[in-house]
Amino acid sequence: MTRYFTEDHEWIEVEGDLGTVGITDYAQGQLGDITFVELPEAGAAVTKGDSVSVVDSVKAASDVYTPVSGTIAEANHALGDEPELVNTDAEVGGWLFRVTLSNASELESLMDADAYKTYVESL
Amino acid sequence: MNAVNAAGWRPSMGDSGQATGGVATASGDYGLMLEEALSFELGAEGKCGVDLDAADRAPMPGLSKFLRKEAPALPGLTEPEVVRHYTRLSRQNYAIDLGPFPLGSCTMKHNPRLNEKMARLPGFADVHPMQPQATVQGALEVIEQLADWLIGLTGMASVAMSPKAGAHGELCGLLCIRAALDARGEERDVVLVPESAHGTNPATAAFAGFKVESIPATPAGRVDLAALKEKLGPHVAGVMITNPNTCGLFEPDMKAIADAVHEAGGYVYCDGANFNAIVGKVRPGDLGVDAMHINLHKTFSTPHGGGGPGAGPVVLSEALAPFAPLPFVTRGPDGDIHLVEEENRGEGHGRSFGRMVAFHGQMGMFTRALTYILSHGADGLRQVAEDAVLNANYVLRACEDVLPAPFAKSGPCMHEALFSDSGLAEGFSTLDIAKGLIDEGFHPMTVYFPLVVKGAMLVEPTETESKAGLDRFIASLRSLAERAKAGDESLHSAPHFAPRHRLDETQAARKPVLVWQG
Repeated sequence: MTRYFTEDHEWIEVEGDLGTVGITDYAQGQLGDITFVELPEAGAAVTKGDSVSVVDSVKAASDVYTPVSGTIAEANHALGDEPELVNTDAEVGGWLFRVTLSNASELESLMDADAYKTYVESL
Repeated sequence: MNAVNAAGWRPSMGDSGQATGGVATASGDYGLMLEEALSFELGAEGKCGVDLDAADRAPMPGLSKFLRKEAPALPGLTEPEVVRHYTRLSRQNYAIDLGPFPLGSCTMKHNPRLNEKMARLPGFADVHPMQPQATVQGALEVIEQLADWLIGLTGMASVAMSPKAGAHGELCGLLCIRAALDARGEERDVVLVPESAHGTNPATAAFAGFKVESIPATPAGRVDLAALKEKLGPHVAGVMITNPNTCGLFEPDMKAIADAVHEAGGYVYCDGANFNAIVGKVRPGDLGVDAMHINLHKTFSTPHGGGGPGAGPVVLSEALAPFAPLPFVTRGPDGDIHLVEEENRGEGHGRSFGRMVAFHGQMGMFTRALTYILSHGADGLRQVAEDAVLNANYVLRACEDVLPAPFAKSGPCMHEALFSDSGLAEGFSTLDIAKGLIDEGFHPMTVYFPLVVKGAMLVEPTETESKAGLDRFIASLRSLAERAKAGDESLHSAPHFAPRHRLDETQAARKPVLVWQG
């Protein structure tokens, strides 16, 4: 399993051809208390960079972009009742959706954990 | 008034420690600070405000199966109890008639009483949209005169009067663009929206079936012209630009943007929400705009939430005018004014994309807006823009040494001043300053918008505040900024003197309680 990061503060963890996507702990800290998460429908075809989910916080509504192309396999419906999971457990239990990758080479353009850490420090 | 609902929840009025000197009253009221229970807690079963004749309760023949089996769950209140309930609640609220309402991007300015007097004249207030046109010539003339003024002030070719709000006007403009593209036989599916645009712009474009692509802002808070040009192409239907933008800045490249978009075959939609900053000074038609809505409640002082739909007329360029929605108010050769609708659309509106609303528009708003325009005149409207901009710059320069103003260095602002919460003590943010303003007796400014600025505070004083009023507001804002910089813990629990203290907004959004839990 390998974890990658985007400049828009999404993380994706890939196992086989299935990627689990969420927003980073840094992102949830910037957004503040999250009040609602709009999740994508399973089965939807998505292209890298599409806005597929929306995270509402007390400050703002923010789009979440899929870091890879493919098909939405599943969404984290636990967030319906407990959107605060994204605050308390952004990079594990607060995952947003899973996507079946159609082009694994897209991962090459993403950052690894060290590169993301450096990126966040530069902001 | 100490009723407690079944959940055991009872808010307390004010901060009894500070506001009352520790005195507790038996009623829960403190002089003119009146506590108020929910209407369900006040009522008693069986009480009713009207005395219905038993004969009126007999169902009409054939309708008895629809007869209600049990009484509706309504609070039992007498008329004076209902009147007092809402009057007491209204005294816990803030209003433009009580003091400044500096919500940036909203333009909460005074609603002149002359507007109200005119709107209440029976010839305007009591007309029906299906009355014979010969009997409402005066009302139709109001629509025609207002349309003429809007066309003149914007330098455009035509105006669609019927849209009911700003966002509805945006939709009208995009539907005109779509109709114009259809007439050209072109399929363009992308609308470009800069980061500095109003939030409704991308929503409208998506609702109208376009794909939205974002254009970044420059460090100076303007549209990045080079980035915009890069995105232009045969798939771009148009661009939606808010000018002046939501950073309170004028887009100096507007004409260059419009020229580039036109060259690429697209149309320019301008969000005219902030027209109050440039009315009488700049004509959007001269900047190459193809469509722009005008929020009558902002620039032309009609009330926000005027008890019904608002009005968002859309001015249109020569290129889009033929596609505007019906109906139109037109003066015939005999001097009579009549409506162009579906049955007579051949009178110059054969290419209209259709109809957005049932009737001609919001008459009450038209009457108020025209009253405002006529009572100011062209010179007065120009001064409206000048004073709105002057007031915003006064606030900007009076506070920029205590609150960072990220775009202040790039020159004067337009009608609103934008500050950031960078530099406050650890753990203090925009929210604390906003809540502190409530204690100071002001409505808070717009917070956390626009998103391009960290902890944004957007202040729009409007032209209707006097210098003395602005000085009071500035003194409060400066004091709060200094308290937040010094780490004054009491700010974290503000407001202390409002009818309710700091509410748990997170919980209210996550687990809203929308019905009485009795």
